[in-house]
Amino acid sequence: MAKVELIVNGQSVEKEVEDRTLLAQFLRDTLQLTGTHVGCDTSSCGACTILVDGKAVKSCTILAVQADGSHIKTIEGMATNGALHPLQEGFKEEHGLQCGFCTPGMIMTAADLLSHNNDPSEQEIREALEGNFCRCTGYHNIVRSIQHAAKKIRSGEAAVSA
Amino acid sequence: MTFIGKSVKRVEDQRFLTGKGRYTDDIVLPGMTYAYILRSPYAHAKILSINTSKAEAMDGVVKIFTGKDIAAAGINGVPCGWQVNFKNGDTMKEPPHPLLVADKARYAGDGVAMIIAESKEAARDAADMVDVEYEELDAVTNAADAVADGKPLVHDDAPNNMCFDWELGNPIDEVNAAMSAADHITSLEFTNQRVIPNAMEPRAAIGQYEDHSGKYTLHTTSQNPHLTRLLMCAFVLGVPEHKVRVVAPDVGGGFGSKIFHYAEEALVIWASKQLNRPVKWTSDRSEAFLTDAHGRDHISKAEMGFDKDGNILALRVKTHANLGAYLSTFAPCVPTWLHGTLLQGLYTTPKINVDVTGVFTHTTPVDAYRGAGRPEATYLLERLLDKAALEMKRDPAELRLQNFIPAFDGVKEEGYMTQVALQYDSGNYHGVLERALEMVGYEDFRKEQAAARDEGRLLGIGFSTYIEACGIAPSAVVGALGARAGLYESAQVRVQPTGKVSVYSGSHSHGQGHETTFAQVVADKLGIPLEDVEIVHGDSEAVAFGMGTYGSRSLAVGGSAIVRSIEKVLEKGAQIAAHKLEANPEDLEYAGGKWTVKGTDKSVAFGDVALTAYVPHDYPQGLEPGMDFSSFYDPANFTYPFGAHIAIVEVDKDTGKVSLKRFIAVDDVGNVINPMIVDGQIHGGLAQGIGQALFEGAIYDEYGQLTNGSYMDYTMPRADDLPSFEVDRQVTPCPHNPLGVKGAGEAGCIGSTPAVVNAVMDALAPFGIKDLEMPMTPERVWRTMNS
Amino acid sequence: MIPTGFTYHRASSLKEALDLLNTHDDAKLLAGGHSLIPALKLRLNQPAHLIDISRLDDLKGIKEEGGTLVIGAGVTHGEIAHSDLVKEKVAMLAEAADLIGDVQVRNVGTIGGSLAHADPAADWPALMLAAEAEITVLGPNGSRSISAEDFFTGFYETALGEDEVLTSIRIPIPPAGTSTSYQKFMQPASRFAIVGCAAMITRTNGTCDRVRVAFTGVADKAYRAKGIEDALTGKAYDTGNIEAAVSSAAEGVDVMSDHFASEEYRSHLARVYARKALSAAS
Repeated sequence: MAKVELIVNGQSVEKEVEDRTLLAQFLRDTLQLTGTHVGCDTSSCGACTILVDGKAVKSCTILAVQADGSHIKTIEGMATNGALHPLQEGFKEEHGLQCGFCTPGMIMTAADLLSHNNDPSEQEIREALEGNFCRCTGYHNIVRSIQHAAKKIRSGEAAVSA
Repeated sequence: MTFIGKSVKRVEDQRFLTGKGRYTDDIVLPGMTYAYILRSPYAHAKILSINTSKAEAMDGVVKIFTGKDIAAAGINGVPCGWQVNFKNGDTMKEPPHPLLVADKARYAGDGVAMIIAESKEAARDAADMVDVEYEELDAVTNAADAVADGKPLVHDDAPNNMCFDWELGNPIDEVNAAMSAADHITSLEFTNQRVIPNAMEPRAAIGQYEDHSGKYTLHTTSQNPHLTRLLMCAFVLGVPEHKVRVVAPDVGGGFGSKIFHYAEEALVIWASKQLNRPVKWTSDRSEAFLTDAHGRDHISKAEMGFDKDGNILALRVKTHANLGAYLSTFAPCVPTWLHGTLLQGLYTTPKINVDVTGVFTHTTPVDAYRGAGRPEATYLLERLLDKAALEMKRDPAELRLQNFIPAFDGVKEEGYMTQVALQYDSGNYHGVLERALEMVGYEDFRKEQAAARDEGRLLGIGFSTYIEACGIAPSAVVGALGARAGLYESAQVRVQPTGKVSVYSGSHSHGQGHETTFAQVVADKLGIPLEDVEIVHGDSEAVAFGMGTYGSRSLAVGGSAIVRSIEKVLEKGAQIAAHKLEANPEDLEYAGGKWTVKGTDKSVAFGDVALTAYVPHDYPQGLEPGMDFSSFYDPANFTYPFGAHIAIVEVDKDTGKVSLKRFIAVDDVGNVINPMIVDGQIHGGLAQGIGQALFEGAIYDEYGQLTNGSYMDYTMPRADDLPSFEVDRQVTPCPHNPLGVKGAGEAGCIGSTPAVVNAVMDALAPFGIKDLEMPMTPERVWRTMNS
Repeated sequence: MIPTGFTYHRASSLKEALDLLNTHDDAKLLAGGHSLIPALKLRLNQPAHLIDISRLDDLKGIKEEGGTLVIGAGVTHGEIAHSDLVKEKVAMLAEAADLIGDVQVRNVGTIGGSLAHADPAADWPALMLAAEAEITVLGPNGSRSISAEDFFTGFYETALGEDEVLTSIRIPIPPAGTSTSYQKFMQPASRFAIVGCAAMITRTNGTCDRVRVAFTGVADKAYRAKGIEDALTGKAYDTGNIEAAVSSAAEGVDVMSDHFASEEYRSHLARVYARKALSAAS
């Protein structure tokens, strides 16, 4: 067993876990943050993407204990005081989600992208999403959702909180 | 109308966007145990022995069940919901499909033992310690091979691995005669390859038994919880249906693969009673590749005869359909009634004969996958049309326009009776293709293509026009065709005393947005705010009954059931309103959320009437209190969406890699309630259909091993593989349901595949290539260019 | 997917990492973990101990040291892709890093981890060979340097000892007049290389003085295509000479074959991608 201390969505957490516990499992099973999903076992689909110290990471491919001491942000931490993050708003406005399963990972990956490029081209968005699978939307509206969020961020209405 | 026809933002999005969606694997019950299914690594093997003693002794292991335990408990296998008999009248071969196999594994992935432990880690660790001794046997994976004499048998009582053979259409002699009179015959032999659905949420199931009440609850990743309950209770476990609650909470996509009743659902329910503790099973992706029912897998030979002017005279089709090792819930219906019946397409073909053999192989069961049978029919027809155009030196768009059935609205003009058992409801097929041609700029493209060819670049354009039978389906009709279920839908509309409305629908939503679209219908019909309507689905305890979501049926059938219940609400409401207004019900009109006496300003609001229904102090004599109505809507006919898709591709001469440059889709799905959602459905379908054309396909080796059962080897379409789509719509209302809707869920997937393939063939035309199998991978394309 | 149980150790220094490696049989080093953890989850690899070296400062950083570009083994693919120093000195490294996996993988996966794993379809080995990198490793008896040519010994096999830690990669900064390129034909599902070709050409007045070409994905290990190098060295840099030179791209190696690319097609792609890389390094 190993002790893990993290800041998750701004809250300190301290737990004992088995050494082999993956961060995705830790978030889902130990912290009940079930917004982070697991869609594959080969580090491919990106449904489990979260931000570790501001960077998009596949939480199924990192041990909880490896992340000890990190700042973690999950989909549950994206809205602030009940106000949706521009990406969450973009996905709603542009119908960027259907079944919702890939959505948290998509949003977290997009948050990483927009944190260093707030005016990405369609091609840049599509390339940034290469590690996230969606089976419902054909990606068309996901691209528009991210463009929507980027525009809102550029207009200064909201800061990127990645 | 305030909401119908508007792109209302989805009400379900809030929970999904904030991580508050509740999927089956998110649910944790007190005292829950975790199951791991140990599966056969061999496609065909005798199970000589299973030793679980080492595993059972491990920390945290609660219990291990094997196939023998299941057999000893007298549990039946998973049933099939559709019967297709042999042409000679013999009954379809329907071998048992055990929850766990005891003696023999019939595909790689067949369940052998269920390990239940205190944690998923303990269950997984123990699985490595279960000792199974197998004797590996020869396997057969290809449907056309499997029917030959002397091949390994999947089931001893199914000679030549045949499940059924089946024929539809005009007598073969008539078709042969028409074919021999043809001036030109285009023929095609091809495989419509097996694809793997890959809903992003892997399947999961939680069984819970409560000994104090004797009741069970199953949480499961299902597109149709009621049907799962019916099949599991009546056919598998023999437990009373009213003692079982099935909940399909948020479900992360299905695409067909979550229609079926799977062994794991019955296993966790049964085991929860044996242990008196909840049991959860969650599939890994690797396991999903092996055990979610696959789609397609047809091997076909098709011939189309034309006269000298290019008019279609006849179509003859012979198909071997791979059903896998066991019959999944709807397996026999997919290659027959959902495939053969669509071979009229949009064309006036006067003579059609289709012959299908359903075949068992040592592979994962095959069943409905987005489109189910209709993509296979469309692919066959649309490849034939493009190939015929090439051979006859005709323009492929013109050849289609020439052979289209003329427009008919199904009201003034009768529905179109096909040669293959269906009557189309309404259609304007020229309209969609002409619009698509306009969008693509057809003449300009041909010029661009010619210029590109001069530079050595390979551009191609491909067409596909399709029709599908959706809104599944009139119960009496499908019953006559072998369905063991009715295909109506139920809806209950409960007006609460405060005028808020709860709607209980049997149509499950797993991405389709029912909670929004249905609410739009209800809010408009009742003239109340959208937020006053709540759509409840996916819980057999809340919803009276349901046949579920598939076959693009939710709005056409489930939505119609809602409309019927609303009509009942308004009828009763009018009686109460008339009483309150001291008028006759027939003198009232309902609009804007109130009943008004025609020609006056005397009115009473919906909310007042609702309250009166529940507080019936001053109330019409003889009228029951309350305002709560159920309806079961059984459609009069299938609905027939159609459309025209055009793909433009470029093939890299050096590598054979195909780039999809543009994709144009003009679909006619009848009336549209929420254009944003319908467009989203089309987009997603397009990506899946394009995926089959270019990337996807299960690959089995000679031993029956699925050799690309992971995302490292099975190519899923990604964001950077696809362009933005150009979509537009035509509206030809369905004449036989109250909303005039036809269904949009499968259209994109049905139309897109042949458009892409035809575009690649057009790009390769300078090489004299006429046929190429899917998926059109770089090597396959490169080889054909260099052969 | 659940790995088998193991004990996790976080090394606080390189010395501690070496000590832990020596103390424990059946131990594996964990850097970014993006090769190792997927293997653990599939139980293809079942070590008893994991030694986490991902936080060691000694393994971090990209710097220039007297004509050599030094990349710490713990530097992520993403850091290399975005490094201005790398882009300026050996551009193909940044170009290649940006083609590895996806954004999330590049954020965590490290160059050292990838090299030690030696996947025959990984990108880095081709670049190391073309750049004539020296791979520095630290063992119980101190540090040693292994040339890239000697480092990759076979299918998932390297010259790295079981008791050694890969610490840095030293790449000679090429002389002025050198241009580089990495061109990759991706396996569409995994996005590893079916063929990856790294090319480095130093020219004087349009003549190729020095040519280095290496491939990954083609054979069971990455290799230098000396046939191409020799054919082009001393020749004018032009289409005809490039085309003639690349014909030997897949000669002398056992070319791999799988669903995505047969031996014949892979060999063809090796020629095509050699041409692309050599043409792009203009």
